[in-house]
Amino acid sequence: MKKHLLAGVATAAVLMAGAFGASAATLDDVKAKGFVQCGVSQGLPGFSNPDSAGNWSGLDVDLCKAVAAAVFGDATKVKFSPLSAKERFTALQSGEIDVLSRNTTWTMSRDTQLGLNFAGVNYYDGQGFMVRTSMNINSALELSGASVCTNTGTTTELNVADYFRANNMEYELVAFEKADEVVAAYDAGRCDVFTTDQSGLYAERLKLKNPGEHKVLPEIISKEPLGPVVRQGDDQWFNIVKWTHFAMITAEELGVTQANVDEMKASENPEIKRLLGAEGDFGASIGLGADWAYSIVKSVGNYGEAFERNVGPNTPLAIARGINALWSKGGLQYAPPIR
Amino acid sequence: MAMNEALHADEPPKVALLNNPAVRNALFQVLLVLVIVFLVYSALSNMYANLAAAGIASGFGFLNNPSGFAVNQALIEYNQAESTYGRVYLVGLLNTLLVAFFGIILATILGFVIGIARLSKNWMISRLATVYVETLRNIPLLLQIFIWYFGVLRLLPQPREGFDFGPLGLLNNRGYFAPKPVWGDGAQFIFWAFIVGVIAAIAVSRWARKRQMETGQIFPAFWTGLGLVFGLPVLVFLALGAPLTWDMPVAGGFRPRGGMTIIPEFIALLVALSTYTAAFIAEIVRAGILAVNKGQTEAAAALGLRNNFILRLVVVPQAMRIIIPPLTSQFLNITKNSSLAVAIAYPELTSVFAGTTLNQTGQAVEIGSIPMLSYLPISLITSAVMNWDNKRMALGERENDREDPSRRAERLADPEDQPER
Repeated sequence: MKKHLLAGVATAAVLMAGAFGASAATLDDVKAKGFVQCGVSQGLPGFSNPDSAGNWSGLDVDLCKAVAAAVFGDATKVKFSPLSAKERFTALQSGEIDVLSRNTTWTMSRDTQLGLNFAGVNYYDGQGFMVRTSMNINSALELSGASVCTNTGTTTELNVADYFRANNMEYELVAFEKADEVVAAYDAGRCDVFTTDQSGLYAERLKLKNPGEHKVLPEIISKEPLGPVVRQGDDQWFNIVKWTHFAMITAEELGVTQANVDEMKASENPEIKRLLGAEGDFGASIGLGADWAYSIVKSVGNYGEAFERNVGPNTPLAIARGINALWSKGGLQYAPPIR
Repeated sequence: MAMNEALHADEPPKVALLNNPAVRNALFQVLLVLVIVFLVYSALSNMYANLAAAGIASGFGFLNNPSGFAVNQALIEYNQAESTYGRVYLVGLLNTLLVAFFGIILATILGFVIGIARLSKNWMISRLATVYVETLRNIPLLLQIFIWYFGVLRLLPQPREGFDFGPLGLLNNRGYFAPKPVWGDGAQFIFWAFIVGVIAAIAVSRWARKRQMETGQIFPAFWTGLGLVFGLPVLVFLALGAPLTWDMPVAGGFRPRGGMTIIPEFIALLVALSTYTAAFIAEIVRAGILAVNKGQTEAAAALGLRNNFILRLVVVPQAMRIIIPPLTSQFLNITKNSSLAVAIAYPELTSVFAGTTLNQTGQAVEIGSIPMLSYLPISLITSAVMNWDNKRMALGERENDREDPSRRAERLADPEDQPER
């Protein structure tokens, strides 16, 4: 009996030693298992949201699909893990997911203390406030004494604290673990204000009983650069995710779209040639095939197309490009050259 | 181990030392301890090495960093600008203890009432109690918390249309805003009078018991005690000229100002925890009372005891012995179940510390272990108190009657050796 116990304990020890410490080469792992495991939100329309059949769509989802397209040439080789704000970093650190694409704000402490790397910004956001139209409030500065509903474990909680403190206003914070509970509590009248990233406000407003009775206040109280995150210490995988995002922006800049990518392959423009793998060896430099960027554009389109499809003016969210336009059109989206 | 077996096979009976059961036992125990120590050590060193390799911060230094976020219920001074994560921990811990403390009291009262109601001879009352127990204990607690929370929120009006109970405060969906007592000069004497009252009440009850034992006369110790505990502070209060004013909540703005706020999250959690646990306690109470032999009641009646004395002096003390151990488990459950509050924004330990703080710092290992090590002593202390109470109840009056069974058999066989009557 005791011998069995000892043997069991020894086996457990070996297993534990093996399970600890995620292995370094994420690309090899991903290729071996045949899909990219992508951490997304638990349902944020426009960014990562499942439909009734369980198919995920959204701007953040498209980034994961693009990574899968770059690695496998097939955008469907991706599996999604819905994560709460609280769970997301641990899931990435522990190796449960390969990339976190979950409207996550890039901050210095997250970048430096969590063993993570932010691979770019796929949506420039800022924190805003939503209130009931019936309250006749036109500025966040009129919110002194208000009850504020938000998610726990987000930069949102810290920003709202800073904002109210800086303006000498009081408030009551009511913080929930899940976004759906925040929406339910706000809808039930527990709070006067719902605060999160402004894109999130537009998205969550769709879940309210009467979306028309609520409005987003004009103030933006913070910088919220949202982007994909990978584990620190695996530069190859970091490069793949980073350049997947850049390839989508470059494609938009060069006018390469999902529809015309095949014709563009024959283009004489050297920049397009380098992007689509007709010239140079850029795919190999990140451990992928020469047509990595071609696959991305072919299966999910360029950045502008993904934006229009998921959050743009013709979607229920109706968000204008604004600061998310290309740098050449007055926005902030800018990709280093592929050369 | 393999070597042991090989030795066995070669020369079975001669190796006396290894075959000595005591030696072998000790050997395996020592081996097991060594393996466990090694495992814990290697797991910890492995963890720290991996955390360092992955570039993840570790250690407990973060407890001194400013938290920077707000908490909607703090029993101690909490200021988001200056308070640290360590302070957040204390705030969360106290909120857990607060809801557990009131939850235990409410659940116990409600549980005893319903448990006794289930045994009622009134068909209606016993049926209602049965329905209560079967409904409440068969619906998952998390669901009940949601129902109470969102149900309460939807029923209560907006602050501007809230209920105004005049001197009793205001009620709306931001919570219950009660008047807050503001004590004037000399208020500490009232507290001391209360303490003196409690001590005096204990003394009176001891004296009454002693007198009853000696003379058989009954003294109304309970009512005297009650008078001492509450009457004395009231007398002092009046003698001091009633040094008490009330800070009344004032409606207006987004939510009332002033007074004491009881947030709806606390109300919902408290109600859900205590009604749910009361269903289990009711069953425990019913079982305890039913387990007291009917002969006890009859014997007490035959001695001429009145009904309420039968219950208080004969049935309840015996039932308590059966009730207390499972009751302890329910108390522990309340404390641990309070962590479900994470779903409804009540800022207890799991929510603000194992939740928000974890996310702001990312130190999962440290923050995972601190709450675990916090719930453990809370539970152990609760257990210890209940065990002490259990011991007190279990021994006591029948101690003198305890007798070794073999001794009893001998005594019964020997007509000379009878106890004096």
